[in-house]
Amino acid sequence: MSDQELSPSTGLVLAADGTPLKTKLRQAERAQRLRAAMLVAPLLLFILVTFVSPIFDMLYRSVDNQLVPDVLANTSKVIGDWDASKTDTPDEAVFRAFAEDLLVATKARQHTRVGSRLNYETAGISSLFRKTGRQIKKFDFDQPLKPQFLAMDDKWGETEIWQTIKRFSGSLTMGYYYAALDLKNTADGVEMLPENQRQYLMLFWRTLWMSMLITGLCFSLAFPVAYLLAILPMKSSNLLMILVLLPFWTSLLARTSAWKVLLQREGVINDTLVFLRLVPADGRLELINNSFGTIVAMTHILLPFMIMPLFSVMRTIPPSYVRAARSLGATEFTSFWRIYFPQTISGIGAGCILVFILAIGYYITPELVGGRTGVFISSRIAYHVLSSLNWGLAAALGSLLLIGVLVVYWLYDRIVGIDNVKLG
Amino acid sequence: MAVDGASDYVVFDHVQKSYDGEELVVKDLNLTIAKGEFVTMLGPSGSGKTTCLMMLAGFESVTHGEIRLNGRPINNIPPHKRGIGMVFQNYALFPHMTVEENLAFPLSVRGIGKSERETRVRGALDMVQMGEFGKRRPAQLSGGQQQRIALARALVFEPELVLMDEPLGALDKQLREHMQYEIKHLHERLGVSVVYVTHDQTEALTMSDRVAVFNHGVIQQLASPEDLYERPMNAFVAQFIGENNKLLGTVERTEGDVAYVTLEGGGNCQATMVNCEGQGHKTLLSIRPERVTVGDEVQGNATSAQVKELIYLGDHIRARLNVHGNDEFIVKVPNKNNHAMLAVGSEVRIGWATEDCRALDA
Repeated sequence: MSDQELSPSTGLVLAADGTPLKTKLRQAERAQRLRAAMLVAPLLLFILVTFVSPIFDMLYRSVDNQLVPDVLANTSKVIGDWDASKTDTPDEAVFRAFAEDLLVATKARQHTRVGSRLNYETAGISSLFRKTGRQIKKFDFDQPLKPQFLAMDDKWGETEIWQTIKRFSGSLTMGYYYAALDLKNTADGVEMLPENQRQYLMLFWRTLWMSMLITGLCFSLAFPVAYLLAILPMKSSNLLMILVLLPFWTSLLARTSAWKVLLQREGVINDTLVFLRLVPADGRLELINNSFGTIVAMTHILLPFMIMPLFSVMRTIPPSYVRAARSLGATEFTSFWRIYFPQTISGIGAGCILVFILAIGYYITPELVGGRTGVFISSRIAYHVLSSLNWGLAAALGSLLLIGVLVVYWLYDRIVGIDNVKLG
Repeated sequence: MAVDGASDYVVFDHVQKSYDGEELVVKDLNLTIAKGEFVTMLGPSGSGKTTCLMMLAGFESVTHGEIRLNGRPINNIPPHKRGIGMVFQNYALFPHMTVEENLAFPLSVRGIGKSERETRVRGALDMVQMGEFGKRRPAQLSGGQQQRIALARALVFEPELVLMDEPLGALDKQLREHMQYEIKHLHERLGVSVVYVTHDQTEALTMSDRVAVFNHGVIQQLASPEDLYERPMNAFVAQFIGENNKLLGTVERTEGDVAYVTLEGGGNCQATMVNCEGQGHKTLLSIRPERVTVGDEVQGNATSAQVKELIYLGDHIRARLNVHGNDEFIVKVPNKNNHAMLAVGSEVRIGWATEDCRALDA
């Protein structure tokens, strides 16, 4: 450091013109950094708008309950004072606030939306709101309103209805998450739904174990192929690579439909088995529209995602390692298991995490070939987005899936180390 | 120079190798290596030397012929049962194991117990002066250190034969020279037989008991370094080993082992008959640059030459001359008092002894 000039006051290294070297370096590199930023800006913007912001929007939707406090503004304020454990129904003040809210909401046609929102939590509220919306104009606001409500429909005397309104009067809610986990938030606390109403936990569990099975199957099928690709001479390995990639270039729907042709009751595989008398004609196998169909079709579709990272890692392992092991006295198996295999771990990790994450969120293939027992949680998410329009629940299910993936990712990082992942 | 023991420890018996069934990479190779001997296979790339080594190690099949190790045919013995140590060009140290684990590997696959393993690993590390590097990974070592570990790993299970495939190729010049001596001393100390493949002639001459010069899948000459340099048997060896001046000519007549040659560029010359067909045939005369004398007191074949270029190299001056029409005739003039008389463009008298001028195949 003796031949460098130091600033007398700060002790920083100075450039030839007396400015601190760090400042000088920043200035010199600014133009370059600016250009780099300009180059990535379009893609960054695109991703922000089309990918990142929707994710945050969905995350917010999964807890968003702004609609209820917005529409039932007065009710939300006063219903907090009502103590459900002391009186069955709220007092006149709450009914009056509710009636005023409803009068405004009916004009804006908002009461049905709140009704269906609350109907997710307690069945019957939607129709009650619609009915009340039609009648509210006839109510005499100079008289006490509570009796008029009760006279119109005695459901308004049920504690459960008012408890639901009270519970969902806040602007944020965990209700969607409870629903997504087959839980119910009642006055007595959170409890499991009755056995016959549970569906999501079972679907999450199925998504998880089937994705793991598909990952395992992909690995055991892909490893030998990738190995072959890596050791074959360039010419033959290129041909084989094309065969591996061919399905990649075919439409996903075409491939899935092909499996339908192959696997159905009157399909190619069953016909062949019957022809070979391996299966009686009246006992054709159910190969599709169940979990078997999903596993077969998805293993096929995700196979290239396992082969590619494995291949790219194996290709970089020089044959001299195995040769060295052999010359040192190791049998073929020992040199494979102790020398070759450990060096492919990074590729195995990359392939497995890629296939697993793709599998866990797969929709179209399980939907087409999975029947009732082979669909994934993605199918329910799609149902709530497209059919039931319960976007909050769809968002909660999706967020849980996202959390699941992040947990897998974290576990993987702890066990294998994410730095060891090589994708190519 | 075999150290006591069988003189036919490794035998290549009419070995041929072809990869494609059309072309022979190794053509009828016969080579006998004595126990404890250091034999180098030297040759340009593609000359078949590495193929020979791989056949001996068991990684390439033998197309025809037989390889014997200690009297036993090994054509059909898998590599791991041959008990041959091998050092690879890129060292092939297992990247996922520490240095110690690398060294313990050949011992553990042989079922040697833990304590014995540790002793021998320690011994091998000390042997290559790498004692304190046992816990490191190969990637944390320099090239020279990796080289030493590779050497130790090939020796730790005490093989009697060690093969080395251009092991110093990746090192810089200084380290390479240093390692040459280390390998040579290890060989002397342990008494193992070594088959060493290289394309670097200095390496071959420095380390070997005998050198096999390969070209086009054939051993051109198998001899001690001294013989190889002093007495090359054909034009390829003369050209490949060391620096060489060549003069083309026709044999006019022979007298004993002296050939009288008329040179193509004009002039006559007497040469020692080595490998040419005699009267009327073409021959290539080979003269080492340091055997040419310059000045008035020249003896033997004397002629005049024109100085084309002078390069000052400290201990000697390298002069490029035109001799008998050959513009590339190199002479090494020792840096003594008389070199001052050389000047580019001037005529000088040069000469060489008949026995230093060898008549080889044209």
